[in-house]
Amino acid sequence: MKISKNPDPGPELLQGNEACAEGALAAGCRFFAGYPITPASEIAEYLSRRLPEMDGTFIQMEDEIASMGAVIGASLAGVKSMTATSGPGFSLMQENLGFACIAEVPSVVVDVMRGGPSTGLPTNPSQGDVMQARWGTHGDHPIIALCPSSVSECFSLTVKAFNFSEKYRTPVILLTDEVVAHMREKVVLPDPGAVEVIDRVKPSVPPEWYLPYEDTSFGVPPMGIFGEGYRYHVTGLVHDIRGFPTLRQDEIEPFLLRLFRKISTHFDDIQLVESFFTEDADLVIVAYGSVARSAHRAMVEARAQGIKVGLLKLITLWPFPRSFVEPLTRANKVLLVPEMNMGQISREVKRVNQGVARVKTLNKIDGTLITPKEILEKIREEKK
Amino acid sequence: MNDDRPLIYKYLRHDKKFPHVWCGGCGIGIMLGSLIRAIDRIGYTKDEVVMVSGIGCSGRLPVYVDFNTLHTTHGRALTFATGVKLAKPDLKVIVIMGDGDATAIGGNHFIHAARRNLDLTAIIVNNNIYGMTGGQYSPTTPFGRRASTAVYGSVEHSFNISQLAVCAGAVFVGRGTVYHVRQLDGLIEKALLKSGFSVVEVISQCHTHFGRLNKLGNQIEMMKWQRDSAVPVEKALKMKPEEMEDKFEVGILVDREAPNYLEQYNKVRQKAKEAAGVPVESKEEEEENERREASDRH
Repeated sequence: MKISKNPDPGPELLQGNEACAEGALAAGCRFFAGYPITPASEIAEYLSRRLPEMDGTFIQMEDEIASMGAVIGASLAGVKSMTATSGPGFSLMQENLGFACIAEVPSVVVDVMRGGPSTGLPTNPSQGDVMQARWGTHGDHPIIALCPSSVSECFSLTVKAFNFSEKYRTPVILLTDEVVAHMREKVVLPDPGAVEVIDRVKPSVPPEWYLPYEDTSFGVPPMGIFGEGYRYHVTGLVHDIRGFPTLRQDEIEPFLLRLFRKISTHFDDIQLVESFFTEDADLVIVAYGSVARSAHRAMVEARAQGIKVGLLKLITLWPFPRSFVEPLTRANKVLLVPEMNMGQISREVKRVNQGVARVKTLNKIDGTLITPKEILEKIREEKK
Repeated sequence: MNDDRPLIYKYLRHDKKFPHVWCGGCGIGIMLGSLIRAIDRIGYTKDEVVMVSGIGCSGRLPVYVDFNTLHTTHGRALTFATGVKLAKPDLKVIVIMGDGDATAIGGNHFIHAARRNLDLTAIIVNNNIYGMTGGQYSPTTPFGRRASTAVYGSVEHSFNISQLAVCAGAVFVGRGTVYHVRQLDGLIEKALLKSGFSVVEVISQCHTHFGRLNKLGNQIEMMKWQRDSAVPVEKALKMKPEEMEDKFEVGILVDREAPNYLEQYNKVRQKAKEAAGVPVESKEEEEENERREASDRH
């Protein structure tokens, strides 16, 4: 039975947060647990209406810690699950986000970035959570974070986030910013049948042979679902291939290294970028989120003025798409990294660069977006 | 008493290395025995039971038993359990917590789970102290009692876990001790069978920390204290407050009916479908469809 809010497929005027919610439904998400927070609440409001129509479940929990816990529980019981929040709530989710990493529970967390630290600027845009997405939960762990720059991408990358989380059994973070989340744009959502949806691999061996955390050639063990006959132990402790806590050195490291390897051996699949005129460019803007839109405009205007500017739009922020940045630094192009923080991705660009090329930054933390004009001025300054 | 070792053995995980982490004489194992007997009497299959725990001595319980087991983060067991139950309502979700786990770090989740009245059973082992981390004072350490972080005696007032659960809206609240094992068996069984959020507080001993720091004797002495201090609810009603000092009630503190979360949410689903114009299948149609699908398969 197809349930569609818009019975006539065609252009729609959607908000980023709404597109994100629709993307989740298209990906097969049937469970949402969340807590009200600006500027992410529209996702919860939207799904509180849509999920029960589809026999799904929406629940408003007592806080974000509980929301993330419920998401993990529902996923372990076999239902694709998501939560959505903003910086302060994202901080509270870090504890259980780490649990999802170590227990390898597919889950999607949308973080609509607003100004921080603390309560900060609830209604203003920011990109201040880039590093929180990477290192917010304690301990060494890999993570996947995707960053949409348009309403259309809010839909497609939410689908992607679910697919990655199911394929690699890992939490995936969708880092949107307040501009993208609240912007309304014309989008044409694909027919539900036309969306590529990936589901987790379940065990096919008899239950008595099942080793829930066994290494596989892909690096991701098949996932048993509660109630389906594969009784096993799920824990936040470091565990052996049977899922039982271990303190053995020869079990600890192989397990933790596998968590890294299951992501690092699939960079080709996970790291998404878009390149615009980087080949002949003297200066390449490296941007993401709503800033990538301003950067694109600045690039077009600079080109009209005869300045050879290119754009590398980062879609995957973590794992950092090093292999796309490195060739630019080797080609000795000037890199300009505009971002609505004090330099979280530029730091990563500089780390990749190792001092080879010049890396310029444009940082803004006054609660307003970065305009094309500001980027253009920075380019002109550089080209003087 | 009958030898129930074969019964217990049936539910243990044999590929998990024993001995367990608990000190000899700990009450958690006694509680686990009661829980297993209750599960066996009711007849739940191993596949339909999900045992969820937090962090602490009690948090280690699920790893030993052959169910779907989930050892979560400190204080958060109820939140994970909420997700499991909502996603698969047919599962029997049992949550094991300690006093610090359930009422300090997890206090907020505890009262909201009780208020929400989702069909979960919470079993809280109350030994008045943080055992695993070395005997620090917990929300149930009585005023004046010593702990490794209260060497001059605690200056905080303690929570009454069962009363907290009653006030927060739990539909079934029972309190037992690991001394009164038969009563505990019954309380856990009733809690498991109750529709809605049920709580069993299990008074237990931590002789390693609480007993030692407060000079209460060994585990046997402490269990004798449970025997002498526990007053049946019915009897306690007739006693004066001063007679109840240093004593506690055991038995069923509340057993009442309230709308269960899942029943209510199913109504939300019906309304949402009606509002969206989704054809709602009646029970007969659903059965008819199932029959058709089944015959298609043949």
